Amino acid sequence: MKITKENINHVAKLSRLEFSDDVIDSFTKQMGDIINMADQLAEVDTEGVEETVQVVDRDTVYRQDKPQHWESRAELMENVPEKADGFIKVPVIIDKDDNE
Amino acid sequence: MNFKSTIGLEVHFELKTKSKIFSPSPVTYGAEVNTATNVIDWAMPGVLPKLNKDVYRLGIMVALATHSHILPTTHFDRKNYYYPDNPKAYQITQFFQPLARDGYIEVEVRGKKKRIGIHEMHIEEDAGKNTHGANGYSYVDLNRQGVPLLEVVSEPDMEDPEEAYAYLTKLRQIVQFTGASDVKMEEGSMRVDTNISIRPAGQKELGTKVEMKNLNSFDHVRRSLAYEEQRQQQVLLSGGKVQLSTRRFDEATGKTVLERVKEGDADYRYFPEPDIAPYHIKQSWIDEIKETLPESPFERRNRYINDYGIKAYDADVILQTKESSDYYDAAVQAGADPTLAANWLNTQINGYLNENQIGIKDIKLTPEHLAEMIKMIKDGTISTKIAKKVFKESMENGTDPKKYVEDKGMVQLSDLSVLEPMVTKVVDDNPQSVEDFKNGKDRAIGFLVGQIMKQTRGKANPKVVNELLNKELQSR
Amino acid sequence: MNYLNENIDSLNKKLKDGEISAESLAKDTIENIKKTDEKLNAWITVKEDAKPAENLDFNANKLAGIPIAIKDNIITNGIKTTAASHMLYNYMPMYDATVISKLKKAQATIVGKTNLDEFAMGSSTEHSYYGATHNPWNLDKVPGGSSGGSAAAVASGQVVAALGSDTGGSIRQPAAFNGIFGIKPTYGRVSRWGLIAFGSSLDQIGVMTKRVKDSAEVLNVIAGSDEHDSTVSEKEVPDFTSFIGQDVKGLRVAVPKEYMDAVSGEMREVIQKQIDSLKDAGAIINEVSLPHTKYVVPDYYIIASSEASSNLQRYDGIRYGYRAKDTKNLLDVYVKSRSEGFGTEVKRRIMLGSFALSAGSYDRFFRQAAKVRTLICDDFDKIFAENDVIVGPTITEPAFGIGEEVSDPIKMYNNDILTISANLAGVPAASVPAGLVDGMPVGLQIMAKRFDEGNVFKTADFIERTNKFYEKTPAGMED
Repeated sequence: MKITKENINHVAKLSRLEFSDDVIDSFTKQMGDIINMADQLAEVDTEGVEETVQVVDRDTVYRQDKPQHWESRAELMENVPEKADGFIKVPVIIDKDDNE
Repeated sequence: MNFKSTIGLEVHFELKTKSKIFSPSPVTYGAEVNTATNVIDWAMPGVLPKLNKDVYRLGIMVALATHSHILPTTHFDRKNYYYPDNPKAYQITQFFQPLARDGYIEVEVRGKKKRIGIHEMHIEEDAGKNTHGANGYSYVDLNRQGVPLLEVVSEPDMEDPEEAYAYLTKLRQIVQFTGASDVKMEEGSMRVDTNISIRPAGQKELGTKVEMKNLNSFDHVRRSLAYEEQRQQQVLLSGGKVQLSTRRFDEATGKTVLERVKEGDADYRYFPEPDIAPYHIKQSWIDEIKETLPESPFERRNRYINDYGIKAYDADVILQTKESSDYYDAAVQAGADPTLAANWLNTQINGYLNENQIGIKDIKLTPEHLAEMIKMIKDGTISTKIAKKVFKESMENGTDPKKYVEDKGMVQLSDLSVLEPMVTKVVDDNPQSVEDFKNGKDRAIGFLVGQIMKQTRGKANPKVVNELLNKELQSR
Repeated sequence: MNYLNENIDSLNKKLKDGEISAESLAKDTIENIKKTDEKLNAWITVKEDAKPAENLDFNANKLAGIPIAIKDNIITNGIKTTAASHMLYNYMPMYDATVISKLKKAQATIVGKTNLDEFAMGSSTEHSYYGATHNPWNLDKVPGGSSGGSAAAVASGQVVAALGSDTGGSIRQPAAFNGIFGIKPTYGRVSRWGLIAFGSSLDQIGVMTKRVKDSAEVLNVIAGSDEHDSTVSEKEVPDFTSFIGQDVKGLRVAVPKEYMDAVSGEMREVIQKQIDSLKDAGAIINEVSLPHTKYVVPDYYIIASSEASSNLQRYDGIRYGYRAKDTKNLLDVYVKSRSEGFGTEVKRRIMLGSFALSAGSYDRFFRQAAKVRTLICDDFDKIFAENDVIVGPTITEPAFGIGEEVSDPIKMYNNDILTISANLAGVPAASVPAGLVDGMPVGLQIMAKRFDEGNVFKTADFIERTNKFYEKTPAGMED
């Protein structure tokens, strides 16, 4: 599987990461090697095999519909880098992201 | 050239629970910013979701009410995207195995019945709210983050805006009658996205979809779809291509405006949510919920028409909202004559609601009082004229009609020992009327009734007086 | 205070008898950490004002007044929790992880937070925003990872017990590198509420101690159901100390040939010697095969990285943690905060995971990995149908030098080949010291079927009793 700079840039965009021009080539090669290592799985015959996405001994776990108040908003807000009047403040939103 | 439209709708209902879907934060309206939140809603490091059982229960109710097939095994999935109102940068939803599939509802458009398919419905969490300031900043409130939603995705079975309108009306009615959601578009507890494509008649392959999100009202849905039909036709007729895009309905101009062109499906990187174990929905639980499912609007309509004998039109007016139907049922339950109750509800009460721009929940006249009043009309205790006075008083002040009528001495005079001598006297005093009656002039009797009414200050029972006068006049 | 020759029982007795006070124990522990940590860099935050709980009950609570170290990816209310990342360099939690609440209820004294590979991604504790931790046996070598800080703190005698977390070997590999015991319980045995998520379907909190019984004592406290975690088991938690001191006669021990083939020379001899001692004590040794072993590394890296890529999206510079300066707009805040806040290894895994989940890759990577995971689980089920435990080496080689492998991620990933399967299958697994190879400790790995930590403790305790490795002192700590 050939991994190109374009592949890496696309995945970086999905991941909200950026790689500077001077590292992107070496990083692309490294990611290519890692992805090809991961791609060894393609040789395993999994015809008719179920997927395992977790190994839990429970199912159908619910909570009862009982509301609970968190005591302090100030506590939750304490780590916010920028805030105003109880809101979390963020720079202007350019485009809602659902179209990568 | 003729064109065919293909319309599909995605409707989000906010499910009516006390706490959020995956966190115990309360679900409230108008709470102070960020106060109905906890560490889970904030996606603090290390937190985990836990599903509110009522969310699933309410979802099953809607699935049952729409003849949907409830999946015995489901799992939640993550939909990954970045936005400030989405703190985890993923939404927990059901992508691979939704709550239910393959349902339908029946609508009637221009006198024709049509079945519209429901592709699937799934439960998921709502996002918080961004408010855009004018100063280059947005402000995030997470109170709404984690409020439970049910998304109902229709099949692309609708062929014109009227069908879409009918589908929405019916779907809202069905969901409302289950009690699973408040279905208020103005409060955001019901939200509608539409997509529409057109193709030349005879062409099999569907045209390119245009999506419209967060329409404000059913009327906007209808108008925006109608506008899109026309716009897309013109694009095709002029040799152009419809773009895969999202458009917005502009209320002021009645037109749709391009928001964004899509280059393909968004890459949400869906995968199974590892923090939540799978769900096995037992048939016994579904049966249990079925038992508690309130009577559907369809069942109520049958009862009103077949058991109560009211007109179909009246039944439909009553069934426009669950509140009015519940009110009607309570009045009948309290002993009101079904036909009279329907008349009073659809004329007097609805008139009052419209005039004052309020809902039936806001009035002071209880269904029990309405029933009492109707009983008094029926047994002749009060006249229809008096009843209107009583209605106004009970409506405005919540006064008990029976007590009011007694206190004000409004009881109708039906006592023969009082009325008979009055009738004899009035006929004696008006010999001309006897002549007129004999000559077949009906007016004569009206005149005499008026006299008696005058003497009794309107309290005499007109029905009784009429009968007595007839008898008296014929005996002369 | 140095714990090299102490254990929970001995400390509990001293506290009970009034020979030492819990206050002075906490104070002395912190003083010793400050003195010795210049060499090790095992800690990110030392809670200098740590005080024991009030009304200590030494009879009811074995851990009463005992200082404990916590890996810094476990949330502690009011104690900075960083996951060793620049991204969370200033993060102050406002709630406790369930394991912390349980330790507090058992009156243990939390003395601070230990170093790790950033977000637990790594096996050397070199990938930390707070610098590399050094191995107490040889300060030029890595302590392993990602729970390298906890391992070094225990091995050097700074504390008697530490909590770690294990997603692909992050407790067992550093335990082996440092000559201590470490156990990753069954997935679902310990609540993950408050564990900063890496690979949610693999992560499990566990214990690292010098002595096997001490881990049993701590696991007794932290295990069990929890209303916050939908994946934690509601099974009854046995008294794990009851498996200490038993004999292994008749114990059915499986030895996978793929695991033995992964080691050679002196290492193989040391491991074989442990297996022989089990045999000599009457255990039944069966050579078995785990045929999918060659696929566990790619399988694990796809699953763990996919989950991580999603789990780490919340670190966006908006609500907490690092936010980049000089940003023009929202996208800028996201991209710059994340690119500056995360280290290289974390970015690699996010990239791998996003790739594996992206349109066009999902079926070939994530879905295929989930299917291969089923085959790996089946391999274990087959062996456990006829055996009580699986034993073999924990690591392929003893600790490597600091800086030696950091530039070769694939080599680094392949080091995890022996520990990963237990996470994929969710089974309990531990590493108990087996001996020294070239002067560095190596470990024997013991796995059992799900929720059978008892047999893991029983086997480990037997090995400990037999080889008495605990009598050795790490060379790097001698002045």
